[in-house]
Amino acid sequence: MGLNRRDFFKYVTVAGAAVAGSGQSAQAWQSRAPSDPVGSLVDLTRCIGCRKCEEACNRVNDLPAPDQSFEDYTVLNRKRRPDERAYTVINRYTSGMIDERDQLVPTFVKLQCMHCQDPACVSACIAAALTKKENGTVHYDVTKCIGCRYCMVACPFEIPAYEYHNPITPKVMKCTFCYERVQSQNKLPGCAEICPVEAITFGRRSDLLKVAHDRIKSNPGRYVDHVYGEREVGGTSWMYLSAVPFEKLGFNTLPEQPIPRLSETIQHSLFSYMWSPIVLFGMIGGVMWASKDKSDRVENGKKGGAS
Amino acid sequence: MTHQAAPVNAKFWTPGVVVLAILMAAGAAAIAARFIGGIGYVSNLTTARPWGLWVGVDVASGVALAAGGFTTAFLAHIIGRHYYESVVRPALLTAMLGYTFVVLGLMVDIGRSWAIWKPMIYWNPTSVLFEVAMCVMFYLNILYLEFLPIVVERFKGRVNLPGPLAALNSPVEGLLGIADAILPKIMWFFIIAGVVLSCMHQSSLGSLMLIAPTKLHPLWYTPMLPLLFLTSAIAVGYPMVVFEATLATTSLNLDSEMKVLTPLTRITIFLLGLYLALKVGDMVVRGTYVYLFDFTAQTNSFLVEMLFGVIVPWLMLLSPVVRRSRRALFVACTLIVGGVLVNRLNVFVVGYRPPISEANYFPAIGEILVTVGFIATLMFLYRFLVTYLPVLNKPEQEVSA
Repeated sequence: MGLNRRDFFKYVTVAGAAVAGSGQSAQAWQSRAPSDPVGSLVDLTRCIGCRKCEEACNRVNDLPAPDQSFEDYTVLNRKRRPDERAYTVINRYTSGMIDERDQLVPTFVKLQCMHCQDPACVSACIAAALTKKENGTVHYDVTKCIGCRYCMVACPFEIPAYEYHNPITPKVMKCTFCYERVQSQNKLPGCAEICPVEAITFGRRSDLLKVAHDRIKSNPGRYVDHVYGEREVGGTSWMYLSAVPFEKLGFNTLPEQPIPRLSETIQHSLFSYMWSPIVLFGMIGGVMWASKDKSDRVENGKKGGAS
Repeated sequence: MTHQAAPVNAKFWTPGVVVLAILMAAGAAAIAARFIGGIGYVSNLTTARPWGLWVGVDVASGVALAAGGFTTAFLAHIIGRHYYESVVRPALLTAMLGYTFVVLGLMVDIGRSWAIWKPMIYWNPTSVLFEVAMCVMFYLNILYLEFLPIVVERFKGRVNLPGPLAALNSPVEGLLGIADAILPKIMWFFIIAGVVLSCMHQSSLGSLMLIAPTKLHPLWYTPMLPLLFLTSAIAVGYPMVVFEATLATTSLNLDSEMKVLTPLTRITIFLLGLYLALKVGDMVVRGTYVYLFDFTAQTNSFLVEMLFGVIVPWLMLLSPVVRRSRRALFVACTLIVGGVLVNRLNVFVVGYRPPISEANYFPAIGEILVTVGFIATLMFLYRFLVTYLPVLNKPEQEVSA
């Protein structure tokens, strides 16, 4: 005995109603980005690859000592990623540009958490351990973290690292934007403070954008006309200026739409006020009640889901 | 209503069960290593590849393949097709064990297993994972509640605890009596809630990867992912019942249940066909068929998933000869089950490629041992529970119509 035509029609109608209903309560997605966050502008044409920022970051965040000293520049011979022992790293790229003595001109790229305006990790975090602070910092609170690593899946910059070798109390490790120093002690982030060539400018994001565009305008030919982080994934607090096209420096090309937009829109349209589960419950209840009437005299539900 | 379910009268320690016990021991050793040396000690998970075999198989596939629970509950208890009663109990047991092992798998995979309760306090409603976790938590408890009448039926009036525990005989008996009196009156609520919660988190498991548009291969990344996950979970429900019933009746020498399974898979033709249509339609609308013949590991995996996991078994099921042949039906249903498994693995592991670090991943032996150990434990517990509880149909009796 299979489903007959009439039943089939009934279920298709129910399913159709559910799908149609899902569109009705869809609301426009709203960014929750802070209006006037701080940020940092990294001018890659100034960076000399001295790794002082790595050293300062290690010191102010009490990170474990590195395997190779911060004065050892052979680490630049390979591409590194921030990891659970280093919130920021410098990589060296040679793009083929040569100077007046025919020497290859290296470009140094500092990597760290970008502190997105609409961070995917914050949207994804199962327990709100990651939050976007009013000052723009993407902040990690280990006391809420369960270690699901969904933030790492979500991050378009592949930044959060994990203490995989801690069996019981591992943490997600990423740049803190020196939240305590900046908020409570009125200091600069460790890396921005120490940079000897002012490659890192710390300030209001809106001011930094003006500075960035001024530099591009007043130094024709020096920069590519692109502030990386101005629009990428809806904007980031860390932004970059470069002489070399960003895609040649390991920066990935990203959409301008904030990453959480699609999943949050779907979740919100389906589950605001739990309307769809309630409607579905009602519909299934109705079907159950209707089927009970016409089906055999067996008590439906007697012996639970199991008789 | 009289029903024919009864404890299985068969020897427990067969060679197969011994093999299961060995695999369980290997898995236990790997889990011990994980909690001594850390996730990094037993796995190949990295910054760029934070989710691997455990999420792909233990969690995502575990949830999908437990869909037999709510799909059979819908059929037998909501639209009142009591003809199918005989498969409801085994499907319920499979779902209950499946979800239990989803949670156990999560406990191994998450870094701070002891903190697993924290999302209940610290809500993040924008998180798809939060919603999935809440649904799974509630649904697991509903499954235990739905299974409770089977335990009551077995032990009510027969509680006989050993030794000093005998003093508890009458209180336990009293509890069983209360459960027996109350459960039938409230069960309708939990049956409906179980179906609703299943629809919610089966689809949301697909929404999980929508947060990674730059990482998941376009063959799988589509705003339709939640709908595709829901339809594939519903479609795999009955084939999973066939798969499990055929294995159980064969290894325990029970009567074949073809009289129930054959009509059950007629419904699958429509459900799997709907999934196939959605999947192909999505591919055509988004124009992702251009990737089909790139012949990379990812696109090959997509072809395997679609060809052997959906198209071939769907064509097989169209034939009444296949649906009536125990062996052919088992092959078709195994292909569907495997297809959903490969799909979940593709979405969470194979199709996931971080564009910056381009890191590759293949599960470490420790990860494989944990997963195999969990599956072996699940099968062991299934075998144990059907031996002592009235789950499977008694041999030599007609199924009720």
